[in-house]
Amino acid sequence: MVNIEKCFGLVRALTKIKLEVGRNEIVGLIGDNGAGKSTIVKILTGVFPPTSGELYIAGRKVDFRRYNVQSAHAHGIETVYQDRSLGEKQVLWRNFFIGREIVNWLGFIDVKKEKAIANEIMLKTIGFRGKGITVDSNVSQLSGGERQGIAIGRAMHFEADVIILDEPTVALSLKEVAKVLNFVHKIKEGGKASIYISHSIPDVYEVSDRFVVLDRGEIGASIPKKDISLKELDAFLLDFAHGRKDKAQT
Amino acid sequence: MNSVRAIFRFLGRLEGFAIAMVLLVLYFVLAIAAPAVFTRPLIYISFLETVPPTLIAALGLTLVITAGEIDLSFPAVVSLSGFALSWGWKTFDPAYGAWIGILLALTAGALVGYINGLMVARIGVPSIMATLAANFFWYGISILLAGGLQVTLKGSQNNFVHELFVGRLFGTVPLQAFWSLALAVLLWFLLNRHKFGEGIMFIGDNANVARVMGVNVETTRIKLFTLHGTIAAFSGIIVTLDIGVFYPDQGNFLLPAMASVFIGGTSIAGGSGSIFGTVFGAYIIGSLAAGVVATTISGYWVQVVEGGVMAAVVVLNAATGKGDLASLFSRFRHRSTQVGANGQELVQKDDRASR
Repeated sequence: MVNIEKCFGLVRALTKIKLEVGRNEIVGLIGDNGAGKSTIVKILTGVFPPTSGELYIAGRKVDFRRYNVQSAHAHGIETVYQDRSLGEKQVLWRNFFIGREIVNWLGFIDVKKEKAIANEIMLKTIGFRGKGITVDSNVSQLSGGERQGIAIGRAMHFEADVIILDEPTVALSLKEVAKVLNFVHKIKEGGKASIYISHSIPDVYEVSDRFVVLDRGEIGASIPKKDISLKELDAFLLDFAHGRKDKAQT
Repeated sequence: MNSVRAIFRFLGRLEGFAIAMVLLVLYFVLAIAAPAVFTRPLIYISFLETVPPTLIAALGLTLVITAGEIDLSFPAVVSLSGFALSWGWKTFDPAYGAWIGILLALTAGALVGYINGLMVARIGVPSIMATLAANFFWYGISILLAGGLQVTLKGSQNNFVHELFVGRLFGTVPLQAFWSLALAVLLWFLLNRHKFGEGIMFIGDNANVARVMGVNVETTRIKLFTLHGTIAAFSGIIVTLDIGVFYPDQGNFLLPAMASVFIGGTSIAGGSGSIFGTVFGAYIIGSLAAGVVATTISGYWVQVVEGGVMAAVVVLNAATGKGDLASLFSRFRHRSTQVGANGQELVQKDDRASR
């Protein structure tokens, strides 16, 4: 993203955002509430266009007039949200394919094929075994961690180059968080890139290669993991929150 | 024992099976209470004639409610489309005037639905307000156009269109029953096997999820209201053809249609809809009044019984948690073993927590 700006009415949510994600790089995006993390996500994933600025995917400029969720998917950008990834009352196989159903020329869904692929994703990519959860289960029967597993598995199946995880561990138990982090490691092993957004600094630290700090709609800092320890990062962020850090330092 | 359970499990999974059982029990009770009427085919044939208009509108409404919306404007569409049909009928030569009338009626219905859709999806007016206003407005237009009068379809009894839509198969079965069932099958496939229907379910479940997963929420909503307008117009065509007269008040079945949908197990919260539940629900609603009268209880009791039965069914739906009687069967199954009962309870708690 280059010089991305977004205004909602008179409110400028993002100012001159420049964000880069390398191949097979996990970027941890950190920032306070209202810093603009979710706005960045929505622009990247085609939910809405920015007010100005440019987006390049694999070196090619994106035309925002024709950029939407479908074309983001086509470009290999997938998103896992905290709570907006799955339809709760719907069965799992529908959740895997919502928005990109396997259909015939009349638009009717090939249920058999979708179920077979969904089953394969669950067994191979996500590693669900038994436990009475099948592709015909309802999402409401799943625990929070399992739901995120489904969402991440779905993203991985569709050959995402970049998987954006928007606070995927909020409201999860410790054990479940570990599961989700495990999925993120799998993204790295699979050679894909990711943007990981979370309020939990230790989680971000564990999985990320680089940290980008967002502050009131601007990029505050970009620090590679090798340059900073978890403790230092924590202290750095605290300073940031108190406004003591000079932005020129970055 | 196991095979019995397997059968129950299979039947319980069939859409609308439980509510069909309720309908059967109702007919059984009525056959005992009013044997003179309910052991003879005539009453059932009369139901097959009177229920379809309500049923057709309720089928479209099932989709709308599944999407988490409501459409209160279909009574006006039933009226308006009936007028359009009668206008085409009397203005042109009956041989093709009927077809022109049908075309006009469906177009009018689609147009009203499309405008509803625009108000809801583009402008963001809550559907209950938008369609309530639309109902008053278009009903008013219908009265204005008709001058408040009814219009007789001259020579309708011998017309091909009349025979095709509301004639009698083998001289007995009203064809509108067949058409409404055909529509039910079509809409079942649309809802459960088409990406449009999947979009409807996800939007009703959570429109934000649908949006970020790439469902075009606005377009789907507009299409949905347009579809329901067209379906309501079809209902109007059936009513007008069946009676042979258009009268402005002919769409006066808003509440029975809504009751059919809810009795059928479609959740007001959206996210899931039961097309065949609505089919049987409509027949339950449509049979109650005649049934109560036939038992020779005073006619004053009709609404009391109607209300009682509706309340009982929706309470059952709510009690089973999934808004579907089918899960009642699974509950009985679970109660039979301790472990199963616990499992069921856990799932329910989880359900509530996630709401």
